[in-house]
Amino acid sequence: MARYDRAITVFSPDGHLFQVEYALEAVRKGNAAVGVRGTDTIVLGVEKKSTAKLQDSRSVRKIVSLDQHIALACAGLKADARVLINRARIECQSHRLTVEDPVTVEYITRYIAGLQQKYTQSGGVRPFGLSTLIIGFDPYTGAPSLYQTDPSGTFSAWKANATGRNSNSIREFLEKNYKDTSGQETVKLAIRALLEVVESGGKNIEIAVMTREHGLRQLEEAEIDAIVAEIEAEKAAAEAAKKAPLKET
Amino acid sequence: MECVFGLVGDGFAVLAADTSAVNSILVHKSNEDKIMVLDSHKLVAASGEPGDRVQFTEYIQKNVALYQFRNGIPLTTPAAANFMRSELATALRKNPYSVNILLAGYDKETGPSLYFIDYIATLHKVDKGAFGYGSYFSLSIMDRLYRSGMSLEEAIDLVDKCIMEIRSRLVVAPPNFVIKIVDKDGAREYAWRESLKDAPGASA
Repeated sequence: MARYDRAITVFSPDGHLFQVEYALEAVRKGNAAVGVRGTDTIVLGVEKKSTAKLQDSRSVRKIVSLDQHIALACAGLKADARVLINRARIECQSHRLTVEDPVTVEYITRYIAGLQQKYTQSGGVRPFGLSTLIIGFDPYTGAPSLYQTDPSGTFSAWKANATGRNSNSIREFLEKNYKDTSGQETVKLAIRALLEVVESGGKNIEIAVMTREHGLRQLEEAEIDAIVAEIEAEKAAAEAAKKAPLKET
Repeated sequence: MECVFGLVGDGFAVLAADTSAVNSILVHKSNEDKIMVLDSHKLVAASGEPGDRVQFTEYIQKNVALYQFRNGIPLTTPAAANFMRSELATALRKNPYSVNILLAGYDKETGPSLYFIDYIATLHKVDKGAFGYGSYFSLSIMDRLYRSGMSLEEAIDLVDKCIMEIRSRLVVAPPNFVIKIVDKDGAREYAWRESLKDAPGASA
């Protein structure tokens, strides 16, 4: 096996591209990120590892805008993310310049995935070590979209998805609890999913909400704390309701 | 015969441009908007070769937007002016753009400003400026009547006086003008001054 993971242009005998799989490992070690698509709202949430006391947390933005109607969150190597995000931002403006229309979410996702694929088929380069969650509203139909890309360069659309640390647990939770939501309910669903694997509290979670009219809005720590408190209260009420009828019998 | 001019007032800057699209002796249309909204608080009035005008201003507009996404804050007006000058200067000795530009912007810290950028990449920060044959008349009027810190009404009155002077004294004066302003609330269209509306199609 050791002979088939050096230069990534080489397939192993059983059809693996080991460098790509190792890149997926890097993603699995990255911060948890979740995306939930509602009918009129799309939410991205990212785990914030405890910030160092002396660090200015505002300089570490994990959810970024690619254009007025598109946003991206990622899990994995953040330095690689910078490169991809920069290329994507340039492509968004370049598209506007050449065809006088904003990109669709699918177009920019295909572009980013295409870039990631290119680096799995060249000599001497390694793949980008990150998976992205891309959200946005279609500029013509207004339909909300959520897409995911990964280091191999594949992409697909999702109703809700997670990537990074413990993404399997989050995805299980989403599969069990997903339903069509709108507005604040979508935000709550995303936070509840993230709280499955992250310590609760506004300072461990970064949430951004995108709507058709207002674009991307990053929630303040206080706002997140308030919603987390709501969620915990609802959980406590559900627990109490479960225990109460048992007592009566 | 393109006429573009502008001035800085109290907390705002105003730009006026003619709206004729001309090719030799033919007027293609008389409602061509030559003042582009570069971003939320910047206006670019451009005159010159029509193809170059659109190509250059759209290129600058998309690069200004890209800067904002990369850095999280918009470019200041002097930064945008210097960027435009630099692009014009780079193209000058290869493929020059034949475009003259007046850039008006409003920055929170420094207030309104106006920049004169001509096709050979001259850059001047000015209180009033003008391009084209109309400049002979509008600059003279503004030299006489401009004061710093004019109110919006006074400034629009001055703009109207310039337009009237151009209409009466320039041999092939453009019939229609558009006026746009930029202040702390952003860049927006203020008014049109039309002396020739497009005639409706002949009825059967």
